[in-house]
Amino acid sequence: MLRVGLTATVPDQYQLIEEWRRYVERKLKRRVEFVRRDSYIETMDLLRLKKLDFAWICDYPFVYFRSQVRLLAVPLYQGRPYYRSYLIVPASNQSTASISQLRNKVFAYTDPYSNTGYLTPRYQLHQMGEDPAQFFRQTLFTWSHQKAVEAVAIGLADGAAVSGHVWDTLSIIKPELTAATRIVSRSPEYGFSPVVARPSVRDEDFRNMQKLLLEMAGDAEGKALLRRLNIDGFIAGSPRLYDEVARMMKAVNEK
Amino acid sequence: MNLLNLSFRYKTPLWGSILIVAATLAVSASLMNQAYDDLMSDLLNSSTNLSRTLAKTLFPTMMHEEVWRAFEIIRAPLHGGPDGSLVQPEMIFALDNRQQVFVSGQPKSLPLSADIRQFGEEYAQLADRIVASPEPDAAIIFSGSRHIYVAVPVAEEGARLGTLVIVHSKDVFMARFKSVATRGAVIGLLVLTVLLPINWYWGQRTAVPLVQLARSIDSVAHGVPPKLPLETYAYRDELGQLFEAYGLMVKALQEKALLEQEMIRSERLAAVGRLSAGIAHEINNPLGGMLVALDNFKRRGGHDERTLKTVAMIERGLTQIRDTVSAMLVEAKVKSRDLLPHDIEDLQMLLAGEAHKRSVSIHMDSDIAAPIALPATLVRQILMNLLLNAVHASDTSGTVRCKVRHAGDTLTIETENTGRTIPPELMGHLFEPFISSNDTGHGLGLWVTYQIVSQLGGQITAESRDGLTRFSVSLPTGEKLS
Repeated sequence: MLRVGLTATVPDQYQLIEEWRRYVERKLKRRVEFVRRDSYIETMDLLRLKKLDFAWICDYPFVYFRSQVRLLAVPLYQGRPYYRSYLIVPASNQSTASISQLRNKVFAYTDPYSNTGYLTPRYQLHQMGEDPAQFFRQTLFTWSHQKAVEAVAIGLADGAAVSGHVWDTLSIIKPELTAATRIVSRSPEYGFSPVVARPSVRDEDFRNMQKLLLEMAGDAEGKALLRRLNIDGFIAGSPRLYDEVARMMKAVNEK
Repeated sequence: MNLLNLSFRYKTPLWGSILIVAATLAVSASLMNQAYDDLMSDLLNSSTNLSRTLAKTLFPTMMHEEVWRAFEIIRAPLHGGPDGSLVQPEMIFALDNRQQVFVSGQPKSLPLSADIRQFGEEYAQLADRIVASPEPDAAIIFSGSRHIYVAVPVAEEGARLGTLVIVHSKDVFMARFKSVATRGAVIGLLVLTVLLPINWYWGQRTAVPLVQLARSIDSVAHGVPPKLPLETYAYRDELGQLFEAYGLMVKALQEKALLEQEMIRSERLAAVGRLSAGIAHEINNPLGGMLVALDNFKRRGGHDERTLKTVAMIERGLTQIRDTVSAMLVEAKVKSRDLLPHDIEDLQMLLAGEAHKRSVSIHMDSDIAAPIALPATLVRQILMNLLLNAVHASDTSGTVRCKVRHAGDTLTIETENTGRTIPPELMGHLFEPFISSNDTGHGLGLWVTYQIVSQLGGQITAESRDGLTRFSVSLPTGEKLS
């Protein structure tokens, strides 16, 4: 049996995930289990403990735990393997134009191992010469991009940084939620959250899974699933896509 | 006007209505009070239970400072129940030990890590109570002007991390209470709409006969002739007994009045009789002398025509006076023989002529077979007078019946005739002299009859209705004269 880990990179669409699992099971002709964990660190632990064979993680943990994973595939979003971080505030807040105006506010992070939901805003503050640990009055972790959007929408947090891909997807499937938020700024492009394998996975399994992902866009059912995931397909990708994240990580002195 | 002087018609139903309204109000008020207490204790109980459960769940999230997880926990009950549910909290929030907001269900009005005291007087009072609470584990219930606050500690094994507060809107509570109260009020009104008319009906039912009775008695006291009330009262309660007693009293009064009338009449008749007999005697004596003198005067002769004419005129006048006076002079104590059966039979023959003239038939019915100790002349005069009157009063081709009966010590005579009814105003004066219903007689017949009957110690009564007139005479029979 193959076990695939999923994280907050995918919005909470449980039925879609179940259909995707059955699709993978049929294609690979073997039992497949999808294991959803809220925090990246838990998923990384499961990979390390060989409880998972594959996982769709974030670009930041990919860089952070580079030696512990093997790049399997990179999703294509709007035809390219990139995405951005959105800085959002409640829709009622019309004045904020930059993260610098959120001083002494409540800020919602997604996950301490998220790039778009944690590393990016901290990098921006760092570039401005601010201390990310002192800048906000209070910070909280929602452990999901969708919940970070919710926290801003209901006013629990005055601002949040979330995956642009998740926000865009929510604007399609839950437009009333994103309508309660306003995008203040969009970050530069980063390599899209990759799908990785634990290094010890069998080559055959690795190839089969990679082949399946890369060919998903080729059949109607796979294409329909991809459309609902709001991505165009997968490519094999290159670790070089994530060099920028590594640079930011060093800059913020996280490692 | 003094309420206590009101008629029973109003007083009884009025007091009843006041009592009913007062009782209904008292019952409704106590039920509403009960409902209020029940609702409030339901609310506080379920709210305390909810807050204890939430506090337990919240403890680890506060411990780990997981604001979002805490938010998800307190958010659930805020959207759980249906709209308007009594126990649906309006807001839930958790405070840390410095009374700063750890998490709140409405972050826009209670932002994170803000001191709760700055959001109004009620929050400040609440914070003071939380701080001052002597028992660390007790729930604090605080009622503000528009909200009810239930606060429980977020603590495990004595380690207190903060306080969970559930806020309920009094509007929801009052709306629910109002709906309960409205239902109670509607039921109360229904009870009143049923009871008040029943009370009014019973009050009237009791009071109306009483009022009538009071009016009747009042008019009797003011001299109006007594009569029975229009309505009778059919039940055997005290009121019924009162009606019965009143009926008896009215009857007794009516009989008394009748008796008095009768006495006055017979006294009047006796007085008239004495007066007329006295006058008749006084006139009779000189009258006899005058007639003898006139007779002597005529017998002497030698009078001119003119004188004789005058004397004849005086003689006629005096004779008429004598006839009238002698008719009035009823001498009951004349010597007479006892009444015999043929005395009665003779009468039919004597009256035959008069009856024939008017085509009236006379039926005599007598059971007298032996002599009776009554003066025959007077009895015959009684019968003669009554029968002649009957024949005259009878219609043409009518029938006059006469019944004579002797039983024990009493002789009864009854005469009847068909024909005109004697007018009621005449009935009271029937036996007075010069009273006549027709123009033919001089009106002394019945008076004489009455005098004879009276002197014989008997009674005579008359009744006339529906075209039938009846005279009844009863005479006590004495010892035989011969």
